[in-house]
Amino acid sequence: MELVKYLINGISLGSIYAIIALGYTMVYGIAKMLNFAHGDIIMVGCYVVFICMSNLGIGAIPSIILSVVICIALGMTIEKIAYKPLRKATSLAVLITAIGVSYFLQNSALLVFGANTKSFTNVVTLPSLTLAGGELIISGTTIVTVVCCIVIMLALTLFIKKTKAGQAMLAVSEDKDAAQLMGINVNGTISLTFAIGSGLAAIAGVLFCSAYPTLTPFIGSMPGIKAFTAAVFGGIGSIPGALIGGILLGIIEILGKAYISTQLSDAIAFAVLIIVLLVKPSGMLGENIREKV
Amino acid sequence: MKVMKKVLAVALMAAMVVSMTACGGAKGGSSTWKIGGIGPLTGGAALYGNAALNGAQIAVDEINEAGGINGYKIEFKAEDDQHDAEKSVNAYNSLKDWGMQALCGTVTTTPCLAVAELSAEDNIFEVTPSASNPDVVSHDNCFQVCFTDPNQGSASAKYIGEKKLASKVAVIYNSSDSYSQGVEETFVKEAANQSFEIVVETAFTDDSKTDFSTQLQQCQDAGAELVFCPFYYEVAAVILTQADQMGYKPIFFGVDGMDGILGVENFDTKLAEGVYLLTPFAADATDERTQKFVKTYQDKYGETPIQFAADGYDVIYVIKAAAEKANLKPDQTNEELCKALSQAMTQVSVDGLTGNGMTWAASGEVSKAPMAVIIKDGVYVSVE
Repeated sequence: MELVKYLINGISLGSIYAIIALGYTMVYGIAKMLNFAHGDIIMVGCYVVFICMSNLGIGAIPSIILSVVICIALGMTIEKIAYKPLRKATSLAVLITAIGVSYFLQNSALLVFGANTKSFTNVVTLPSLTLAGGELIISGTTIVTVVCCIVIMLALTLFIKKTKAGQAMLAVSEDKDAAQLMGINVNGTISLTFAIGSGLAAIAGVLFCSAYPTLTPFIGSMPGIKAFTAAVFGGIGSIPGALIGGILLGIIEILGKAYISTQLSDAIAFAVLIIVLLVKPSGMLGENIREKV
Repeated sequence: MKVMKKVLAVALMAAMVVSMTACGGAKGGSSTWKIGGIGPLTGGAALYGNAALNGAQIAVDEINEAGGINGYKIEFKAEDDQHDAEKSVNAYNSLKDWGMQALCGTVTTTPCLAVAELSAEDNIFEVTPSASNPDVVSHDNCFQVCFTDPNQGSASAKYIGEKKLASKVAVIYNSSDSYSQGVEETFVKEAANQSFEIVVETAFTDDSKTDFSTQLQQCQDAGAELVFCPFYYEVAAVILTQADQMGYKPIFFGVDGMDGILGVENFDTKLAEGVYLLTPFAADATDERTQKFVKTYQDKYGETPIQFAADGYDVIYVIKAAAEKANLKPDQTNEELCKALSQAMTQVSVDGLTGNGMTWAASGEVSKAPMAVIIKDGVYVSVE
């Protein structure tokens, strides 16, 4: 029974990693760049929801929608201002820019919202589920998180397989120049990818802060790094890979905490990553030759 | 031309020597007491820093109104360190340049360890309101108004044992924080002599302080009726919320770092109902000194003072008591002041907000009786 509880906690944490990892993996698949500012978009999303709910008294759902809209706008703006001019530059230059954007967002938040820790109100009002005669309690937040993750994953897969824009993404990730020759708007497609990734970041942020209710300007950095790890773990560029990588990382982290050491959980999670990469350098679902979205 | 250059060089050299001596020479000749304060005024631990330094400011105002220390007024200047050792050293240096003769600070432990090294070197007398690690007072010039960590840990264990609050106890601590670990060690040591049993000892680090589901699960599975929480309130707010989410309702018992839990923005204070914390100060105490302080604080800062405010207040009175005992004047050099104040500290007995008859050992540790409060209806209430 203990193991089941830990597994549930792990899946819950992993689902959040998976949603964040999607943002990393999609942007990488299409623009071939690591958007390290992704974690900080999560933080901005959380603050928007926090301010809407606590200071302006707006309900949870409109707050989340507003937060998604703001994050999408922010993600697209960052792409336009910071990354687009560097499209022809080396990937290292873009990476450094992304780190710069990350710090810029953190410090701006520090300036605007202050450094004091805020306690985030859980947006999930679903009651918790009691199973096995009270032995097993699954919180409403966990249920919503896992359901959200699965729905997002399915919707995204369908989007890429069935819509024109999704097919355009696939084409751009395969070969940018060829896609352009075929009449695909490459810049528009990249913008769309950033928009989807940032919108997902807002949702992931709200779920993260609902489960672990603490809000500071640096809240995005650690889950950002973990989600990036999850994306690499599952095979960067692959959407099902992000899901599997995220959930496995969450489970490894929680089980590592439970059965080995609460202090070494991060070390254990990263050690597993190293082992996976040694055995399969492209990640669990990554393709060796070409990543797809 | 060559001669001119030589003359100029000599003149410059002379100027440099003079200015350097001026820098190196002990500062003296001040006509007021210059007391500096360092603490986190912004950042995660801002609640402590603001409380302690606001409390100190109230004491300074009171003393100045009553005629100062030995007839000399106090100038008080507070600097922010954001609970960061490096920023704290910068704050210390700027206060030193200002001419600080005694330091009220620093408020939190990790920065205090760094600053205490410098103040010992510079002979600046230092009294910390709340940095509770024993290493803070390893130098002769440094004294504590709060309990040391060992004292807090063992006092908590004794308290839980004597009041029979629980028979199965769990401990969650921050293994990357010297404060948290210090309290935890002595708690566990003292627990061996007490009637309760420690069923779980589990830790987290600064990098993993958002998810406590596993630690709380371990506590719950082991049947712990009381969770001892030797860490700061911002983490406590997360733990209380998560425990509530999973339907786990033990007694939470914190030490002075728990103080401030009710002030976390947007935190549902209902979750903190029934939380115990070891603190030498309760704002609801009925003695005249506390009531007067609480009223002044409320009028001035619009909130009820926490323990740290009382600690800060006491620091200034402790410095006053020592300065009066040794009959000092602010125009003496820092070296003389520091030596005399440090000696006087072991001879004074101060009745403060945080304890009656506080005395100090030469090691710098305070001796006073511990006391606990419980949170009821969103306020601290003294436990009998």
